[in-house]
Formats: sequence, structure tokens, C-alpha cells
Amino acid sequence: MNAAPRLSSLESAQPLSETRRDAVRIESLSKTYDPAAGPVLDDVSLSVRKGDIHGIIGRSGAGKSTLVRCLNGLVEPSSGRVFVSGRAITGLSGAPLRAARREIAMIFQHFSLLSSRTAAGNVALPLEVAGLSRREIRERVPKLLDLVGLRAKADSYPSELSGGQKQRVGIARALALDPKVLLSDEATSALDPETTEQILDLLKSINQRLGLTVVLITHEMDVVRRIAHAVTVLEAGRIAESGPTFETFAFPKSAVARSFLSSIVAHDLPPELAKTLRTEPGHDTDPVLRITFTGAGAHQPVVADLVERFGVRPNILHGRIDTIDNRALGVLAVVLEGGETLLEPIRTHLSSLGLSSEIIGYAVRPVAGRPRAAFS
Amino acid sequence: MLFGLLPAALGPLFLRSLGETATMVGASAVLSTLIGLPLGIALVVTAPGQFLERPALNRVVGTISNLVRSTPFIILMVAIIPFTRLVAGTSVGTTAAIVPLTIAIIPLYARLTEAAMREVDQSLIEAAQSMGATPFQIIRKVLLPEALPGIVAAQTVTLVSLIGYSAVAGTIGGGGLGDLGVRFGYQRFMPEVMLAVVVVLVAIVQSVQFLGDWTARTVNHRIPRKRRVARAHS
Repeated sequence: MNAAPRLSSLESAQPLSETRRDAVRIESLSKTYDPAAGPVLDDVSLSVRKGDIHGIIGRSGAGKSTLVRCLNGLVEPSSGRVFVSGRAITGLSGAPLRAARREIAMIFQHFSLLSSRTAAGNVALPLEVAGLSRREIRERVPKLLDLVGLRAKADSYPSELSGGQKQRVGIARALALDPKVLLSDEATSALDPETTEQILDLLKSINQRLGLTVVLITHEMDVVRRIAHAVTVLEAGRIAESGPTFETFAFPKSAVARSFLSSIVAHDLPPELAKTLRTEPGHDTDPVLRITFTGAGAHQPVVADLVERFGVRPNILHGRIDTIDNRALGVLAVVLEGGETLLEPIRTHLSSLGLSSEIIGYAVRPVAGRPRAAFS
Repeated sequence: MLFGLLPAALGPLFLRSLGETATMVGASAVLSTLIGLPLGIALVVTAPGQFLERPALNRVVGTISNLVRSTPFIILMVAIIPFTRLVAGTSVGTTAAIVPLTIAIIPLYARLTEAAMREVDQSLIEAAQSMGATPFQIIRKVLLPEALPGIVAAQTVTLVSLIGYSAVAGTIGGGGLGDLGVRFGYQRFMPEVMLAVVVVLVAIVQSVQFLGDWTARTVNHRIPRKRRVARAHS
């Protein structure tokens, strides 16, 4: 290929600091399996910082499985490039690709353990594949099982383990060759909520203890909320948005991110409530303000403040406070009764407190003697 | 001799026939495993979408194996006489019979093991690939061990079929129990010989099947041990 020398010169022109900081760099990656069906991945560019847990979230068919398989060369992209810890993965084949894969471990939705091997045997597999001696394998396997708290189950076959235990074996197996990056393909999707939490805690502690970069594919925003430092939202093969988890949760820019967040953060009103709002102000309406509390602002007595300062009667429609990436995030939707003329000063005041606000509609004032529709 | 069914004079002959059957079945079972298992593996890993994808080769091997399997054994045996002579140096006798028996059983064994290996979850192959396993490592450490219960079952079916085919091999002087049954039981009107032959063959087939099932169960770890034991006793 005559383009190769040009590409490699470009590659060496990359500042060293950038290759050091990024564990994974994806450059305008596209993949088309069937031209008639259109691309599965369409010009995806993304960087994952070293030591981060990076969530990639999307609905089924969004292309996240293909994306993660491009990272270890299980899928050959149609165009674009992938670098894992500075090494180009795209274009590799044969022995160099296999060597690269040994630094990129993967855990799977259905665990993918060999039924013919015990837990210890499964953990030994990558070590055997890498050509370690029997003695080295015997030494390392118990340590790896210890790391995931499963030493007692070393001689159990996968069929004798619970889902959570199987995934622990999968994680121990993934860590066997001291990988630089761990790819998690829906690793908790087949587990119950309690086990999911345990596995996520394990991944988090491994990330912290070993400084291992984790790329986590999921369709559940709650998984991202619990452990991811950064998140990328995929929709129909394209990146809808990408950024630090907290910022994405607090200020989602894309509709798809908002819909993923709806069960976690109260960005949008519940549909039955949203239906009762009007989009234009009228003589019989009050404005509805959505206030987003982030970090320190989450602990301020904002509602009381509005009453005292502006004499309005804030009526709370909907709200929720949550912890994301160890920071508090609250979203509150309030009807400002008698507040339409004071909207601008109120919003200026809120932003001076470091809170963002947005008018999301207008609530019809209740007819005297009849409660507001939203509360009926 | 044998539940008093056989005249004592026929005893040595019976034992010799049993030995011939054992030789034919044993030798062709070993040979067909040595050739058929690699063929079965080839059929799996060269299939479209697999890790050593070679669609053209896959079709050729598949077609040849279907051709052999659709030829009745007695016709195949006669048709390949020149080949048999080339390999065994003769076209009659127990040794010569091993050649057509092996040729006939290879495609069956290859297809049965192929089916067993195709049952191995694709995600396991993907997992091995993601560890950096070579195709050979995938075959040796994933495909074969995971398909082992199915391969054992394939071996059982193959052995039983071979015992059946070996009776036909008598027509080219292969000897064996089947031949004994035809020559004495049918042609010399000694139904007791025929009965003895059938009784022994049934016993052999039953033992092979029982042993095969037991082995398949023992190497199968897809079901928890406790339940496996319970099932074996039920």
C-alpha cells in the first residue's frame, strides 16, 4: 500500500504527550458490513484517557459492539484508525495483531468461559496462549483468583458458579496478562441488580488499584453513572455526544442522551406532566423553570431564597438529586406562580449562584377551587 | 459354547471371526479418526465467517464427503478395488477390508465431529481470539475440548456403524462375525449360528453405546456435577 509511509510519518508527528495521555485513540472510524444497510459506524473519533473508565452507551444496533471490537481487531474497520496505548491496531494481522491483543483484555456479556475448564483452568487460558511455563501459570492463577475473591472456587466448573462468580472468573482471566486496556462488552447486562453492583465495584477497584483503563460498553446509563469518568453516547453509528460523565449528566446536549438519562436524572418531566404544559406563555399561565444544581450549588436553599428575594411562590413539579462521579447533581422543575415578570432577574440571580436554569414551558394556572391539573 | 447355541466345533471359528471383526472395526476406527477429525476441524474452521475462512476449499471437502456418504457401502467397496490393491497390496481379506471401511466411515465421522464443533459457542472463539490465540491454539484449547462430549458421541455412532459395515466386508473375504453368520447361518442352514452372531453383535453394540454415553457424560462439564450424577442414576 503506497499510502503507508505517509500515514506512519503522520503518526510520528503526533506529540508524544498526547499518545501518553490517551490509552485509546479512535480516528474517524467507519465500518460498513452491508452497503445496502448503510454504515454501522460512521466517522467516529474518540479518545480515552489513560486510567479512565470510559462508558460507551447506545441502544442495541447503535454500533457499540462493533466499535469495541475494532479496538482489539476482532472487526476490521472500513476506514479510520485505532491506537491502543500508542500502537496502531488497524491494519495489523497475524502475529503482531495477536501480540497487540494480549495487551487488550475483554470481558463479555455471557462471560464466555470454557465449560470444559475449571475456574482456575479458564484463568490459565490466556497464560497458556501467551506461552508461559506451567510453573509460572501455577503461581499466577491463584493470585488472579484472589484478586476477584474467588480462590475457593478454583476447582469449580462454570456450570457450578453463579452469574456473578462467572463474571469474576472472566475478569480474573482478563487481568491475567496485565493488560493496558480492559474492554467490557455489556459485562453486567446478564446480571441481577445486586450482582451488577458488585461487579461494577470490582471493576472500579481494579481501575483504581491497577490504574487500568476500562472501555465499557453498555445500554444502561446507571452503569455509566456508577463508575464511568467519561461517557460517549452513540446513536446510529455516530457519536451523539462525548464528555466527562458529570457534565454529560448535568447538561446533556443530545436528545438520545436525555432519553438515556430520563430514568436517572429528571431532565425531562414525566410525559403525563409534560403534556399539561404549554409551549407559549398566555394570560393564564405561569412559567416552569428547570434549575440544575451542580456540585456545591446542590446544597443551597434555592427555593426558600426565591421566595424571600422575589416574593414568588415556587411550586415544585418534579425533581431529583443524585450523585454522579462523586459529585451531587440535582434537577428541579418549579412553577413560578406570579413569576413571569421576574423571570430575567431570577435567572440572573440563579446563574450568579452557579446554577443553570431553563424555561421548559408554561403551566396553566388552576381555575379557582380546582387543583392544578398536574396534581390531580 | 456361547449359551449352548453353537456346536463346540465351531468355537475356534467363532473366535477367529470375532477377532477379524475386532481387527477391521478397530483399525478402520483408528484410521478414520486420524483422518476424519482433521477433516471435521477443517470443515468447521474453513466455513464462511470462521477464523480460517476458505469457502472454496470448504465446498470441495463438503461435496466429496457427501458423494462418499451417498454411495452404498457395497458399491463403494467394489468401486475402489484398484485403490485398495494399491494401499493394501491385495483386494481380498481382512486387511484389504480395512481400506473401504475407512474410506466409507471418514465422511460420516468428519460430518458428525463437524456438527459437534459447530455447536461450540462463537463467543468462546471470539474470547480466545481476543486473548491473542493462534488458530491452532483455538482448535486445541477451545474447539476440541468444548466439543469433546459431542466428539465422543460421534465416535460412538461411528463405531456402531463400522460394526454394521464390517458384516458386508465379508463379501470380499474380509471375514468377521457377519460373514460367519451368512456363511453358516444362512448358506448352511444353521440358524443357531446366525442367532449366536446376532446375540454377540447386539452385546458388542450395546457395550459400545453404553461406554460411549458414559464417557460423553463424564467429559461434559456443561451440567453441574451433582446433577450429572443424579441423572446417571435415574
